[in-house]
Amino acid sequence: MSTLALSSARFPQRFLPVVATFAVFVVTFGAGSVRYENFASGQVVANLFVDNSFLIVLAVGMTFVILTGGIDLSVGAVAALSTMIAASTLNAGWPPLLSVITVLGSGATLGLLMGLVIHHFEVQPFIVTLAGMFLARGLCFLISVESVSITEPAFREFASGAITLPGDITLTYSVVIALAVVLAALYVLHLTRFGRTVYAVGGSESSARLMGLATSRAKVGVYVVSGFCSALGGLLFSLYMLSGYGLHAVGMELDVIAAVVIGGTLLAGGTGYLLGSVVGVLVLGTVQSLISFEGTLSSWWTKIVIGALLLAFIVLQRLIVRRQA
Amino acid sequence: MTRGRLLWPLVALATLIVLNIAVEPSFVELRIQDGHLFGSIVDILRNGAPTLLIAVGMTLVIATRGIDLSVGAVAAIAGAIACTYISGGGDTVTAVLLALSVCVLLGLWNGFLVSVLGIQPIIATLVLMTAGRGGAMLLTEGQIITVKDPLYRQIGSGFLILPIAILISLAVLTAVALITRRTALGMLIEAVGINPRAGELAGVRSRTIIWTVYAFAGLCAGVAGLMISSNVNAADANSAGLWIEMDAILAVVIGGTSLAGGRYSLAGTMLGALVIQTLTTTVYTIGVPTNVTLVFKAVVVIAVCLLQSPRTTKMLRARRETAVPTSRSQEVAAG
Amino acid sequence: MTDSSALTGTPVVDMRDISVEFPGVKALSGVDFRLLPGEVHALMGENGAGKSTLIKALTGVHPPTTGVIHLHGQPVAFDAPGQAQDAGISTVYQEVNLLPNLSVAENILLGREPRRLGHIDGRAMRARAKELLTRVGLSIDTASLLGSHPIAVQQLVAIARALVVDARVLVLDEPTSSLDGDEVAELFRIVRVLRDDGVAILFVSHFLDQVYEIADRMTVLRNGSLVGEYLPSEMNHIELVAAMLGRELGVLEEVQRRSEARAPGAAPLLSAVALGRTGAIAPVDLEIHAGEVVGLAGLLGSGRTELARMLFGADRAHTGTLTFNGREHRPRGPRAMIAQGVAFCSEDRKAEGVVADLSIRDNLVLALQAARGWARPIPRRTSDALVKEYIAKLDIRPADPDAIMSTLSGGNQQKVLLARWLVTRPRLLILDEPTRGIDVGAKAHIQKLVADLAGEGMAVLFISAELEEVVRVSDRVVVLRDRHKAAELTGQDVTVDKIMSVIAAPSDNHTAAVAS
Repeated sequence: MSTLALSSARFPQRFLPVVATFAVFVVTFGAGSVRYENFASGQVVANLFVDNSFLIVLAVGMTFVILTGGIDLSVGAVAALSTMIAASTLNAGWPPLLSVITVLGSGATLGLLMGLVIHHFEVQPFIVTLAGMFLARGLCFLISVESVSITEPAFREFASGAITLPGDITLTYSVVIALAVVLAALYVLHLTRFGRTVYAVGGSESSARLMGLATSRAKVGVYVVSGFCSALGGLLFSLYMLSGYGLHAVGMELDVIAAVVIGGTLLAGGTGYLLGSVVGVLVLGTVQSLISFEGTLSSWWTKIVIGALLLAFIVLQRLIVRRQA
Repeated sequence: MTRGRLLWPLVALATLIVLNIAVEPSFVELRIQDGHLFGSIVDILRNGAPTLLIAVGMTLVIATRGIDLSVGAVAAIAGAIACTYISGGGDTVTAVLLALSVCVLLGLWNGFLVSVLGIQPIIATLVLMTAGRGGAMLLTEGQIITVKDPLYRQIGSGFLILPIAILISLAVLTAVALITRRTALGMLIEAVGINPRAGELAGVRSRTIIWTVYAFAGLCAGVAGLMISSNVNAADANSAGLWIEMDAILAVVIGGTSLAGGRYSLAGTMLGALVIQTLTTTVYTIGVPTNVTLVFKAVVVIAVCLLQSPRTTKMLRARRETAVPTSRSQEVAAG
Repeated sequence: MTDSSALTGTPVVDMRDISVEFPGVKALSGVDFRLLPGEVHALMGENGAGKSTLIKALTGVHPPTTGVIHLHGQPVAFDAPGQAQDAGISTVYQEVNLLPNLSVAENILLGREPRRLGHIDGRAMRARAKELLTRVGLSIDTASLLGSHPIAVQQLVAIARALVVDARVLVLDEPTSSLDGDEVAELFRIVRVLRDDGVAILFVSHFLDQVYEIADRMTVLRNGSLVGEYLPSEMNHIELVAAMLGRELGVLEEVQRRSEARAPGAAPLLSAVALGRTGAIAPVDLEIHAGEVVGLAGLLGSGRTELARMLFGADRAHTGTLTFNGREHRPRGPRAMIAQGVAFCSEDRKAEGVVADLSIRDNLVLALQAARGWARPIPRRTSDALVKEYIAKLDIRPADPDAIMSTLSGGNQQKVLLARWLVTRPRLLILDEPTRGIDVGAKAHIQKLVADLAGEGMAVLFISAELEEVVRVSDRVVVLRDRHKAAELTGQDVTVDKIMSVIAAPSDNHTAAVAS
């Protein structure tokens, strides 16, 4: 009895969704290890990060937006636009650094514009970011209808560069960048006033305003963060694919939203953890590797499993919210 | 009020049509061949039929403060079921009925999540949006299933002077307009969308109503899915109805129905669907790559939404009110 | 009516001739208000009197349209809450306006958090929060989520937040509405400590006992205007209630009373036995007969709305039984009681009544149509006739059935909502503040209508903050105080004075708790 009380005190209910996400990750990964000999290797874990580094970065940006109670449907399209801008500017002979700055700048600017429209014209985030998604995809095709492969040598070298960890596990630089983004975002969300205001706006915008917090800055700011993360995610994706293409990352916004929700962040805003979103991405990645390990199972099972997980988690969240109410 | 809302989409549509005529004077030409009506306008109508149909269902969902992201996936499922059944030697009519029943069930499922479990519509329907297409792929085993069935073909590419697809969409639009406006359904839907608490206290069965509109949206998506698949004589689970939910939502929003729920306009939705389809055609006529349509779509959406936004409306109203001071309700004072 | 007390010291806050206008409404007109250092100043008034508006004008939420505010003798103009806070005015709002999803420490210090190397110093923040919590007598885990604590604790956390800045002015807007006796006593202890430190405290409460317990001075507002500033010693409970409700003593007119409407020995239409809901209203016994108007009197927060909602089935009762028309009911929602012939006009017209974007016609037939179901629309001819009949009967303006509800004045909206229920021919009509915020003509109209309906055999439960109105229309009056039934007055006892003396009587549970 007393141990029960103790454990419930140590894991307050607010961590329950994240704990559940982590449990699902452990279970799916465990299932893989039991079923396939080579599954439980360090490299498979490393590959989860390698194959999903861009998704992690996008999920970071989306978490900011969803924490305020908003949504950003443009992330996949902005990522695609970034691959396109990167590929075309690099091929045009721009120095890689300038190219990278251009990409990140345009992503953040697009996010800023969407945020301003959402906040100042009170148009629903859903519609504004949907328009942003169309705009970004359209701009891709305006640059080129075809896929543009990246030939710039320094960029290719960076893409193929590998970090070898003890145990012969190799990681790409993308993973390092993604993890750095996660750390930076954790810092911003938990240790700066901007980050806490993001949570505050999601909890109750009117209360936050009465408390004298800079709510407008937070509401617009999250879309800038998301735009920046989408652009950076797009850069990582172009490192992964070594090309720019308007049809890259189609539907990725849905995967990202699913990862964030599975990671325990409430779409109503105010509740959730960044690490949850990261674990959410890892769950999606594990499901994908499981299905590819199985071989006989078709890839569309991934979608069905993700849908089922999504359902399980929203019902779980719903029950928690009801219990609190 | 409604007329004011329809102004901007009408302007957009008129501009597009004028632009088309300027570039290609034959745009307005119609000719009859083998008892079929042909011409650019007929093409626009035919290609826009599935979007229009889905947008009709979406209008009612949005009027209740909801949204249905799963319609594209449901459309893919409808095509997959019908084609799989027909290619397995099944009867066409049974295939169609089977597909549509499943779609209604899927709509009921969405309605259950929203009205009974109280899950936000956007996330509740995201479940089916994600899983649904996977389900359709499962049915077709990842293949594009082609069928050669003259009867089935009629749904998407048949003609009764006009394309059958557009006749179906217009018939549904008219039926919905009649049913919701001649019965009390439309008023109750709007009441639920505008002020759910007032509706509840007045004894409105909001749960049943919400459930019904999602089921109906599922049905519309199903019929649209059959049109799409019949038009190409095949079920392509991967790309059939891809992003159609976004086009449908845009059609509704351009048509002046607010995503915040409440007053809806089916005429507006029809205009919105026409704007979107004409835009696509226009861009094609002008000779811009098809994919770039998206940029124009974004511009039109943002323009219409900004013009309809609360801020803009407020600014316009403020100007009107300083001209003619009116006494408004006193609610502001309370609290 | 003006100040009769000697001023000591210069006011910290001096608000002169303050008016606040919203589109079409004057919420506050020409009000003077001042706050001295080291005093607890109670701001009194019924709903709509302008208390919240005055507070919001002071705290920068809704800057005044005209008038000047002096703080420490300097003119100030705040147009955002943050500015007022920076100037040393801290506010604890009625509903706890904090963030349940953040930690206690963050709720106290967010916006003024201690920093180290540019980032929030969590440890220092928790330490500082702990210190502030000690000042308000709380020892809770500062890292826990605010939402995990009861409202009373949250209220104290809100006060702790107010102490972060060296507040010279502390505004407490109904801080006690959700506290029990012990918690109120604890709150008052803290308030006294702060007062003795020289903080000027603006205190709003509906509980008269509490006001007399803690306040050094009182300002009364009514209908957006100043009634006067008083010392508690120069005004007794009954005079205060009279000032708040707008009634001069000694001019008691004899109200025309209908003869006893109830048929002797008839079974009551509605009978509630020990019907109660935790946190809303203590178990109440109540009977209502057909053809009878029962008044429900009591100050705001006395539980009158809560009781009405429970009878209608909008809120579920936790205890007791509800018998209507001879059958026991456990309603799980309004539909069950509507089917029995019960109608409920909510006090919150905007949030729970008006369907703003629909026409008068649609609003008027909404309940009737909902009862019939969507598939059986009311024939156009019938609805035309009904709408026409009630527009004429209630004098609804504009007399255009297709006018959009949101364009109507408050009084006309109220009439439409009344008509919404009247067309369902209810057996029991519950009216919660049906005449609040509407003009005199409409008010008289509605009062007469109530009498006529009762004459036709309808039972009416009539709730109003205006006692004269309650007395005028009711055959019997139930008085609520502090969520308890305090008295039931019949016959010759139904007078404003009698009701006021019940309302103003020191309540047993509070005095006991506060005194201890």
